[in-house]
Amino acid sequence: MTDLILTPNLDNADDFYATLLAAHEGLTKKESDALHARLILILANHIGDNKLLEQAIEAARKAG
Amino acid sequence: MNKIFETPLYPYRRAPEQDEERIMRHKVVVVGAGPIGLAAAIDLARNDIPVLVIDDNDKVSFGSRAICFAKRPLEILDRLGAGDAMVEKGVEWELGRVFFGEREVYRFNLLPEAGHKRPAFINLQQYYFEEFLVRRLRELEAEGRPVEIRGRNKLAAIGAHEDHVTLEIDTPEGPYNLETEWLIAADGAGSPTRRMMGLDFVGKVFEDNFLIADVIMQADFPTERWFWFDPPFNRGQSALLHKQPDNVWRIDFQLGWDIDREHELKPENIDRRLRAMLGEDIRYELEWSSIYTFQCRRMETFRKGRVIFAGDSAHQVSPFGARGANSGLQDTDNLVWKLRLVIEGNAPESLLDSYDFERILAADENILNSTRSTDFITPKSEISRILRDAVLDLSAEHEFARPLVNSGRLSVPAVYDGSPLNTADALDGPAISRPGAPCPDAPLGEGFLLERLGDRFILLTIDADAPDEIEEDGITVTRLALSVRDDTTGALKRRYLGDEPSAVYLIRPDQHVAARRPSWNENLFRAAIRRATGKE
Repeated sequence: MTDLILTPNLDNADDFYATLLAAHEGLTKKESDALHARLILILANHIGDNKLLEQAIEAARKAG
Repeated sequence: MNKIFETPLYPYRRAPEQDEERIMRHKVVVVGAGPIGLAAAIDLARNDIPVLVIDDNDKVSFGSRAICFAKRPLEILDRLGAGDAMVEKGVEWELGRVFFGEREVYRFNLLPEAGHKRPAFINLQQYYFEEFLVRRLRELEAEGRPVEIRGRNKLAAIGAHEDHVTLEIDTPEGPYNLETEWLIAADGAGSPTRRMMGLDFVGKVFEDNFLIADVIMQADFPTERWFWFDPPFNRGQSALLHKQPDNVWRIDFQLGWDIDREHELKPENIDRRLRAMLGEDIRYELEWSSIYTFQCRRMETFRKGRVIFAGDSAHQVSPFGARGANSGLQDTDNLVWKLRLVIEGNAPESLLDSYDFERILAADENILNSTRSTDFITPKSEISRILRDAVLDLSAEHEFARPLVNSGRLSVPAVYDGSPLNTADALDGPAISRPGAPCPDAPLGEGFLLERLGDRFILLTIDADAPDEIEEDGITVTRLALSVRDDTTGALKRRYLGDEPSAVYLIRPDQHVAARRPSWNENLFRAAIRRATGKE
């Protein structure tokens, strides 16, 4: 079983973060919330492994 | 206006007990002549178990009510002798359309799996279904089978004893008493039997109201199912349109919990909703309208000594997925063969405990599914609405999101995993036919497998040897010998063998798998028969 990657894995962290922020530019809170929800669903489908997704949800929950 | 549901089909007649001093004891009494009570009575009567049905009414259901019948219940109805009438009259649809807000987000074609005698489901008004069942019951009565139905016989009091149940029954000519060895309470969600016995539901999960309108439409609407999330004509709620026979269209408007029933039922308000939904110029006739309230809940146990609950009296679900009448028919299918063996003295009374285990498992699965549908259709929090709307928005663009759209997961039969009647799986075969599973159908020459299984214990052999018949402590098991050579479509191999070259299946009278192995083994199969009849 593959484990959730929780060590640095992005090609270029700064670029990704800037892209994420740019996607929200000019959006209302409501529009941003909707964008986030769509993004999560797209990424979840790409991962396609419930076990991994459960680990991701758990990691997100614990870090807050 | 359809007159079927206004005609008395089993009018009140004076019963012998009303003129007798002595109290008569019946074998089985069924309370309630709805779909579940009638199915139970037909199944018992075909097996020559004497059965009396009492009902406080004398007609079929008022209005269409349950309108979607899934494949497994249709297969059960085939066995009861009512499947053809259902399928001939029913409407099949394959194209579904999903709307979100003002727009259509996607369409889907169901493309049902080939190699089954019966379709995935049909739409048919409950009153037709009940009419077919009453007709079948009358046929059995005419053949001399021990079945009787008494209209306008209302249960007034019940007394539960160790080996019988006493009943007081009200009629238009006053009350009378009778006794019965067994009582099947199929008297609906508001079950008077349940109430009188002081039993109630546990685990209320959700509640909602639906405005149901059956309209006869002049316009030629396609035979499709349309489902709306948050439509402009019913903001924040859902709506559903689908077709029934006779150009009757069922329209469901979800209303939410806190509503003004009288206001919603006013014809001008229904008319306003219909025109907003279907267009101002629509021509229609309103056949029936009603407000339907549901809760998701079940009784803690479905059996209390000699009283057994089946259908809505035992469990209730939301209408999403058509899991009400469909699961009720599977209750009686599970119950009747067990009750027959107990009454005939070929199984211990404890066999009936497995009814509780198996049908509670099914009820919990139905409640889980219909609760998930409800959570999708009516999001409970801001974030669940955001996620739901995201799924719907994505579904318009991307196929991946469509399986997440949940407007009801169609009723499929439960697999009785972990049932005390199952023998551990000894075949490396397909999961679809593992012990506890309902037998999947498969084409066999001109006919189908399920027709050949019937309603007795069967030893199904596929390219394997076994005796043609064995008897184990009063239970006769007959062999059905098949070979992949006769399996022209490959469905038998796919559904029962997988990569195995041969298999022997022990199949219960309700066509669920009890045990399976690659080959015959007398001791192991005798043990499996004992186990499947509550003797181990």
